Amino acid sequence: MPNTSDTPVYVTDALIAEDIDAYLTQHEKKSLLRFITCGSVDDGKSTLIGRLLYDSKMIFEDQLAALEADSKRVGTQGQEIDFALLVDGLAAEREQGITIDVAYRFFTTEKRKFIVADTPGHEQYTRNMVTGASTADLAVILIDARKGVLTQTRRHSFLAHLLGIRHIVLAVNKMDLVGYDKAVFDRITLAYRAFASEIGITSFTAIPISGFKGDNITGLSANTPWFKGPALIEHLENVEVGSAADEAKPFRMPVQWVNRPNLDFRGFSGQLASGTVKPGDAVRILPSGKTTSVSRIVTLDGDLPEAVAGQSVTLTLADEVDCSRGDVIAATDAPPEAADQFEATLVWMADEAMIPGRAYWLKLATQSVSATVQAPKYEINVNTLDHLAAKTLDLNGIGVVELSTDKPVVFEAYADNHSLGGFILIDKLTNATVAAGMLHFSLRRAQNVHWQATDIDRDMRANLKNQRPALLWFTGLSGSGKSTIANLVEKKLHRMNRHSFLLDGDNVRHGLNRDLGFTEADRIENIRRVGEVAKLMTDAGLIVITAFISPFKAERDMVRSMLPEGEFLEIFIDTPLAEAEKRDVKGLYKKARAGQLKNFTGIDSPYEAPGAPEIRIDTTAMSPEEAADLIIDRLLG
Amino acid sequence: MSSDLRAGSSELTHLDRLEAESIHIMREVMADAAKPVMLYSVGKDSAVMLHLARKAFYPSPPPFPLLHVDTTWKFKAMYELRDRMARESGMELIVYQNPEAKERGINPFDHGPLHTDMWKTEGLKQALDLYGFDVAFGGARRDEEKSRAKERIFSFRTASHGWDPKKQRPELWNLYNARKAKGESIRVFPISNWTELDIWQYIARENIPIVPLYFAAPRPTVERDGLLLMVDDERFPLKAGEVPVERSVRFRTLGCYPLTGAVESEAATLSEVIQEMLLTTTSERQGRIIDKDGGDASMEKKKQEGYF
Repeated sequence: MPNTSDTPVYVTDALIAEDIDAYLTQHEKKSLLRFITCGSVDDGKSTLIGRLLYDSKMIFEDQLAALEADSKRVGTQGQEIDFALLVDGLAAEREQGITIDVAYRFFTTEKRKFIVADTPGHEQYTRNMVTGASTADLAVILIDARKGVLTQTRRHSFLAHLLGIRHIVLAVNKMDLVGYDKAVFDRITLAYRAFASEIGITSFTAIPISGFKGDNITGLSANTPWFKGPALIEHLENVEVGSAADEAKPFRMPVQWVNRPNLDFRGFSGQLASGTVKPGDAVRILPSGKTTSVSRIVTLDGDLPEAVAGQSVTLTLADEVDCSRGDVIAATDAPPEAADQFEATLVWMADEAMIPGRAYWLKLATQSVSATVQAPKYEINVNTLDHLAAKTLDLNGIGVVELSTDKPVVFEAYADNHSLGGFILIDKLTNATVAAGMLHFSLRRAQNVHWQATDIDRDMRANLKNQRPALLWFTGLSGSGKSTIANLVEKKLHRMNRHSFLLDGDNVRHGLNRDLGFTEADRIENIRRVGEVAKLMTDAGLIVITAFISPFKAERDMVRSMLPEGEFLEIFIDTPLAEAEKRDVKGLYKKARAGQLKNFTGIDSPYEAPGAPEIRIDTTAMSPEEAADLIIDRLLG
Repeated sequence: MSSDLRAGSSELTHLDRLEAESIHIMREVMADAAKPVMLYSVGKDSAVMLHLARKAFYPSPPPFPLLHVDTTWKFKAMYELRDRMARESGMELIVYQNPEAKERGINPFDHGPLHTDMWKTEGLKQALDLYGFDVAFGGARRDEEKSRAKERIFSFRTASHGWDPKKQRPELWNLYNARKAKGESIRVFPISNWTELDIWQYIARENIPIVPLYFAAPRPTVERDGLLLMVDDERFPLKAGEVPVERSVRFRTLGCYPLTGAVESEAATLSEVIQEMLLTTTSERQGRIIDKDGGDASMEKKKQEGYF
């Protein structure tokens, strides 16, 4: 072993053997540091982590025996132990020889417990690194001493900085392969410093190591007498963790769960995002803004005199104020903002590209709202850091976007508070987590673009026509009978002297929407425009009828939310697929089945049936005439 | 107790942070779950899980039942503690035994891997389907086995309980996406980030009741295939010439008694157990037969089939 240090940084067997209780007392006071390792393929990340586990005696004899056998069989280090095999878990990736996901490892030294996120360095896996970095206090950026600062190094450093990691370690690895040459280390450190300052990393700690040989890991190596320290573990043990900084900030606790065991107790459970709280403290409930004070901090171990950032507790309040999941309890004198339009950086994590205009679920702390994202202001090339024009974001794309939510969100800038500034976007159809976001600030656009008040309002226009405006939104499979019934409804309304307008899908595409195709994004934009036009027409006092397949619940709900409550009537023309296909009035099903029509609803594209439509028409049980009468009754009745 | 330990220290300890994280996870589940359940195997990890659940929802009792997927072959002492803990926590205890395994008399002596497959893997699926549970809390930890290091805290299962490593959702910050389609279910592992040492320390700190089998005592044992097995009841078929020998032993993990190897030990207190664990040179799962069937990636294979 070239490692000559005698510093016992890991678990001391002597103390355990002699005085276990003393050891346990000491261990119980250990703090926790979470860090990530990132590097390019073959920079030796897995080897370094394997080494940390091995040196901290987290590897047991039976595992070591298995490791030795594996090293001989599939290892890449000849007859020596291949530490990487300790940590490369999933069978598939072992065969490919690369890590394909985020893995979490644990080890303990005398001073700290560590959780390591092993994040892959492969080109297409930005997503995983962002995931691992989101919970890390520190990042170890690995560089192969033979290769120096690479494109990937820049990418990883940028991402670590983007996710707000304050402590960066530059681990120049494989020093054994460059003869422990100081000049090589200095050159790499200098090159990295130039790049780091460019992206805003003001300080980092550079350490020359060999994960394979063990140099400068647990103690200073005799092979690098020119390096004065610290060794990697020493640095990890002493770097300051952020919890003290979080405690110094104003108090915020997102409410997770309302605790009501009986009528006499009403508590609000949550984890403190920042600050501290004591009984008697004045607090404000957001977004409502109601104020009260904290009565008790309740736990199973008895009431606490104080709770600090990071603790999970249950608070009771002095007054009966409305407060439920999603609300934030905050210090009265320094409450966070609530807003419904934001600028944020998004990291796209799904195979399907972002669709501007589509509504996604946005989850921030314990709040879940519906959010739509505009086309990116720009995309960031993570290799060059250039800002590029972009219409969307693809998998691993990073861009700055504006988004708007259907309800106000209580938030803080990500830079100030990760808990109230970090969010995820969820696809409403697949439920997949499609993006991670970091809020910058709220946009006060609504305050700058005012509504022009007009003297004649929508009620006056409707009164003149002697009717209540409405939007009859027909939805259903192709060939279900939407157009037939919609047409009958309009004829009947016309006979009754009602002012109506039938917005037909094909007709709209000849004019207003002729620039749109049939991609998913274009279909959504098609529905959005139709919704806006229908809204203007209802403002004019008309009864608007639309007949679109509109297969996605998200878009139907989007239109519903544009209109005053009660004016949007969803009419589900419920015809089973087999029946619609049998009718096949336009011969489209035949074409789709033959593969000549792609993305045909019901065949190779889904139809999301309405859960609770205002009107459901079963076309196998009633004629179009009967259906039209039923709709009219419901509309005017 | 934890509050005393915190007093005077400006920084939360690693156990404080782990506890707060686990409680946060359990409460998050309540936001989206229709019918959650806590899998309860009576082992030390289950004991910690139950304790955390009581803390998370106090003064309410945990708003879900305990489910014990029983094989009828657990240690007697486990059944005793199980019933006692259910009484003390005020939670409903559901015990499920796969009726087909029962009828066919599946047992670890005659049926090998089929025993675990039918009683546990199949039994769990059947119980989840029967009661319609959509979220099941499990006590798996990432440090237990290599393939678990990559397991998410919220792990999604298809309607047929399948696990697809490529379909798992990224988990950022402390934000968990628990949305799912009808029929799909989620296994949630709130103690993912705990290690074996953390579990023991927490049991000591919080004074959590555990099965006495974790502590050394004289017990009747036979040595078979390199494992030290305890003769827990009269169903244990002794081979010709085999005579149970009284040895001072304890268990590092608990499962079906014919499948769980004991270690010779004098450690009769928590401190001594922890001491032995820290100085030991073999891993926790080494005494379990289950990891060794099917070669290298056997745990991962079991997970894809629906076992934890």
